[in-house]
Amino acid sequence: MSIDHGHVHNHGPAAKDHDDSLTYWRAMEIALRELLIEKRIFSADAVRSAVEAMDSRTPENGARLVARAWIDPGFKARLLADGSTAAQEMGFEVGTLKLMVIENTSSVHNLVVCTLCSCYPRMLIGLPPTWYKSPAYRKRAVREPRAVLREFGTVIPDNVEVRVHDSTADLRYMILPLRPSGTEGWTEEQLVPLVTRDSLIGVTAARMPARS
Amino acid sequence: MSGSCVPFQVGDLVKVTQMFPLGHNRTPRYIMGHTGEICQVVGEFANPEELAYGRKGFPKKMLYRVRFDQASIWPEYGGAPQDKLEIELYQHWLAPASNRGVKT
Repeated sequence: MSIDHGHVHNHGPAAKDHDDSLTYWRAMEIALRELLIEKRIFSADAVRSAVEAMDSRTPENGARLVARAWIDPGFKARLLADGSTAAQEMGFEVGTLKLMVIENTSSVHNLVVCTLCSCYPRMLIGLPPTWYKSPAYRKRAVREPRAVLREFGTVIPDNVEVRVHDSTADLRYMILPLRPSGTEGWTEEQLVPLVTRDSLIGVTAARMPARS
Repeated sequence: MSGSCVPFQVGDLVKVTQMFPLGHNRTPRYIMGHTGEICQVVGEFANPEELAYGRKGFPKKMLYRVRFDQASIWPEYGGAPQDKLEIELYQHWLAPASNRGVKT
């Protein structure tokens, strides 16, 4: 056996690590965190549990609100009137930021972007996808939303209004997608898996039920 | 010119002030100078332009959601004519407007 393990091919360069670049901001974060731990402002364990709490928030939390709204008109009305209070009613702790739930209808399709940074309802559904934070999405979602939607496979007919929500300040937006047809009589538990993260941002519709 | 201090109501037409203060603010440049319609009075919030520098954010500023016609913001807009953009803007960035129309 030779050093090239007995066969000839090209492995190519090793994949890059995600965290191999010590950028200015990364160095700043590490320095600040270590300093605050050293000064006993907070503990390393508190940082770890805060990260853990953030990671435990998933789009399924949002999916649960949507599924409840689909089967319970009273809850839907409360969710649209005051998202934070309705989320608390279902046991979700959403903090002080206001959750604003916007309803898709047969005549208006809604889409969320934060052009200034990456505002997102993290307090309910966790961290945003990488593309949501990309300059390309942030620039294009406001000026050519229909082209962006098409790239997600979402074609909105011209007779339906596309309404973009630029999340610039104190509200955090989540979309209430249209309930897919063919789900009449479904339970809340059956409906939850149809609500994807992307449908909560508004770049896609909710999943159609699998044909049986 | 800075914006108005008089509270707006749903349906009021407002023009986003063009001003370029140094430091942090939450009004994107693309919307400055455009005229839209108040679609929701959200409430008072600590001013982010103060919060960003470790201050308390007082006096609080009224926050609105304002609706714009996409075609009036982007001359080359390629979507449908009824498409809209809604954005959160604070009181001091808004001035009363009497008619829609293109950016001036």
